Amino acid sequence: MRFRDRLANGDFVITCEAGPPKGADVGPALEAVRRLAPHVHAFNVTDLQSSVLRMSSWALCALIAREGYEPILQLTCRDRNRLALQADLLGAWALGIENVLALTGDYPTLGDHPDALPVFDLDSVQLIAAVAALNSGRDLAGNELEGETDFLVGAVVNATTDPLEPHLAKLRLKVELGASFVQTQAVYDPEAFVRFARAAESLGVPILAGIIPLKSAKMARFMDEHIAGIKVPEEIIHEMEGAKTPEERRKRSVEICARIIRAVKPYCQGIHLMPMGWEDLVPEILELAGI
Amino acid sequence: MLVTELKPREEILGYLRDGERAFLVSCGGCAEVCETGDEKAIRELGLVLEEAGHPVTGTAVIPFLCNKALVGIRLSRLRDAVEGADVLLVASCGVGVQAVAAVVPKPVCPVANTISYGTFQGIWPAEERCARCGDCVLAYTGGICPLTACPKGLLHGPCGGSYRGECEVEPGRPCGWHRIYERLAEIGRLDLFAQYRPPKDRRRQYDVPLSRRRSTFWALEYTEEV
Repeated sequence: MRFRDRLANGDFVITCEAGPPKGADVGPALEAVRRLAPHVHAFNVTDLQSSVLRMSSWALCALIAREGYEPILQLTCRDRNRLALQADLLGAWALGIENVLALTGDYPTLGDHPDALPVFDLDSVQLIAAVAALNSGRDLAGNELEGETDFLVGAVVNATTDPLEPHLAKLRLKVELGASFVQTQAVYDPEAFVRFARAAESLGVPILAGIIPLKSAKMARFMDEHIAGIKVPEEIIHEMEGAKTPEERRKRSVEICARIIRAVKPYCQGIHLMPMGWEDLVPEILELAGI
Repeated sequence: MLVTELKPREEILGYLRDGERAFLVSCGGCAEVCETGDEKAIRELGLVLEEAGHPVTGTAVIPFLCNKALVGIRLSRLRDAVEGADVLLVASCGVGVQAVAAVVPKPVCPVANTISYGTFQGIWPAEERCARCGDCVLAYTGGICPLTACPKGLLHGPCGGSYRGECEVEPGRPCGWHRIYERLAEIGRLDLFAQYRPPKDRRRQYDVPLSRRRSTFWALEYTEEV
């Protein structure tokens, strides 16, 4: 069953991030996708995440689609102007990619090419409008296309940010323009997520809560301080500090993720996992969370 | 020299809701030279507003609006007229509009587009910056420029990296869209937040046509040619 049909059915869906390789060898990335496929309904392929150069998202998406799995093309506004974004979307559709997640994109200075030109010709809201235009058989300039797309377009939101109101207003606009599912940034504070979910209920779109397993207290602290949009509460960092051996850390990480999933599950329609190299934890997390 | 040109009348009138009263501020610096902020331009704008049912509570020509201290002093002398207005219309470059917005807690709208700033950001450089985008959106953003206050130049609110008012780009840097949200809340215009705006016409931002380069509106040194 297609990802869009599962969402429409009201099924609880699991998506998982697949990071394109830093290089030309797609073997390990595809291997990870194959291992995870029995547990996951669709794979989000990241678009130069954290502004670090990697293989393009559409290329790994196409390879995932060729293997019979369903990709979600993550597309940011950071590196392409409106011409290139629309061109890549048309190409992605031709390669069998049916889902797009529209993002602003991290600023280039956060990544490994900090001297790169930040583009941001469109913003994420206008990118959703561009996808809607292509779906209606026209480009952003209003020109008629030879063959339209039929993308399912999703939006992102930082559900546990503070203050939430401006982010919620922006999300509402994205939904008005055609976003029909939402994937959130990593959630570590279930209470804040529930506040968000209640406020976003009136939007009437499925929300998938973001989950990132913590590898260590050090990683938790690093993400809290350096990864745009991620905040890890002090209690959770302390919890990770208490785990001394690699086995303990692994177990603790799985427990924390499962606990968060159980807490947010009644308030969302799915989970979006971002394992960041810890793909082998995914089955354990889902099992312990009772999914 | 900051070069400006008047926005279309319909766009200016579109900023005002039915019957709203306006106070007109113009810059006696660059904008006067460009004839967007001279007395004639302000007189004509006043007539257009009155005709459209918008009383003008007062006008002020201030030399170099980019000097916020001077703006504060001059406008405080005209307190009643300023307070009697619902909206301040400002004839200046983007820096001047932002300077007025920083001083007066009311909706502040640009009547001109800034198309070039030559070499400097106002004669009294402060934190306000203008991207001379040629399609000024300050009327919708509480007089804070999203192109220069947000490193990504977003038009529809903060990105996911904004947290507790701080930008993702560097520690301690304020999030421009957080500031815009707070300002719109302060002036009671949150209805303007996250309204859809189509992609910007980048031609106006990145290129100045030859015809305009040779006009009186380009720069002082070229005025003799016309």
